[in-house]
Amino acid sequence: MVYQDIGQHISHQYDEDLESLRSKVLNMGGLVEKQVQNALLALTRADSSLAEDVATSDYRINSMEVAIDEECTQVIARRQPAASDLRLLVTIYKTITDLERIGDEAEKIGRHAVKLAAIERTPTYFSEIKHLGEQVCKMLHECLDALARMDIDSAFAIAQGDRAINDEYDALTRQLITYMMEDPRSIKRSLRVMWCARSLERIGDHAKNICEAVIYTVAGQDIRHTSFDQVKAELSDSNNE
Amino acid sequence: MAAPQISQDVLLNRASLDLEKEQACFECRDFGLYYGNNQALRGIDMVIPEKRVTAFIGPSGCGKSTLLRCMNRMNDLIDIVRLEGEMLLHGKDINSKLVNVTELRRQVGMVFQKPNPFPKTVYENVAYGLRLQGVNKKRVLDERVEWALKGAALWDEVKNRLQDNALGLSGGQQQRLVIARAIAIEPEVILLDEPASALDPISTLKIEELIIQLKQNYTVVIVTHNMQQAARVSDYTAFLYLGELIEFGATDQLFTNPVQKQTEDYITGRYG
Repeated sequence: MVYQDIGQHISHQYDEDLESLRSKVLNMGGLVEKQVQNALLALTRADSSLAEDVATSDYRINSMEVAIDEECTQVIARRQPAASDLRLLVTIYKTITDLERIGDEAEKIGRHAVKLAAIERTPTYFSEIKHLGEQVCKMLHECLDALARMDIDSAFAIAQGDRAINDEYDALTRQLITYMMEDPRSIKRSLRVMWCARSLERIGDHAKNICEAVIYTVAGQDIRHTSFDQVKAELSDSNNE
Repeated sequence: MAAPQISQDVLLNRASLDLEKEQACFECRDFGLYYGNNQALRGIDMVIPEKRVTAFIGPSGCGKSTLLRCMNRMNDLIDIVRLEGEMLLHGKDINSKLVNVTELRRQVGMVFQKPNPFPKTVYENVAYGLRLQGVNKKRVLDERVEWALKGAALWDEVKNRLQDNALGLSGGQQQRLVIARAIAIEPEVILLDEPASALDPISTLKIEELIIQLKQNYTVVIVTHNMQQAARVSDYTAFLYLGELIEFGATDQLFTNPVQKQTEDYITGRYG
């Protein structure tokens, strides 16, 4: 297992191309993170103008995805990257797709938040989704951090954290079902909250994908669809090589 | 929801090729070579698998051509060369006194960087080695020439020009003619020393296509400076640096996830 940071190519231009790509991906990550945070704020504070803003500004993320995609293709065509450079580009391709989808989920939460803000003036019952949302935001933040630092250990830990989010989502689902059974008038509202929870859970999945891509870049191991114990064993094997 | 489990075997055997499952053709054991006092190769231990394409890559002067030339004893021609260790072909040391060098070179053919057809007709170029072996019947010669030219993917282009001078062919055609000349005598191994470095991209692709076809019947060893070429045509790649074998493994693995930092630096174009 060898992972080389971007610098030190004989061609400085190549270093600059990769560096520019990396910083654009991190910028995109920052923007996506902000969108998710705003979506959550808009939802829990019933802030319809912020919700409206989140629901209508996804185009910025989309255009970043297209631009980075194009730049990646250019680097592949011109440089024929190999080894860690190749793995980095593959990771960038996958990561921007996941980031764009996270952006889409934030947009969905924004749209539901607009509707929920209109029907619910005192959003006290949002405390459970707030907890889930904070967990997801923390995971996304740490995931982007691991991507920036290419930190395989924290990427692995964060990917494992997705389980907790899934459990939280399941618990929230059960709770919402109970509300709906107790008070059928709340069904419409509860379903919207459920869709928001679903979006948050999906954001966790995308963050997990990004962590897996980080591990692929650094360790050269594709750990998708593998149990964590297996991954741990493999990574420690490749560290010993 | 628990992630679906993939069996450990699938997980660990992602590389489709495994050196340990291959039949050995050549085997180097602690092989070294000196030009006078200058050690050009040291401690090379490797197995060249049979009916596969093995590429040698590395910077200029790393010893890859020298190693290739050892495989049919081309270095015998240089007085100051001294060898150590063993180079085995199917388990027998090719540098032993019992080995007939002419017979070895019949078994192990070689093609060089610059096409070097004889200033004779296309037909005679391919028939030359056969005539040396004492094949003189026209019918047999005709058949073998056609077979070799087809094998080198050149037949369709030259079938109506067999009596033309070979020097009138294009560079790419000349290189394929030289490969046809090499395979006419049915060697087991074909050594290619930068076979496409003097050719245009289309001729290069034709040679690469040919190399992939050749491995069905021959063991091919290729030295190339073009890493993309090594990645495209070879099953296994060896990276040499300063006369040492740094890394040898399946091409799939070596170009996506090399084990050694020196290999990584070389294939990604970094300062070593």
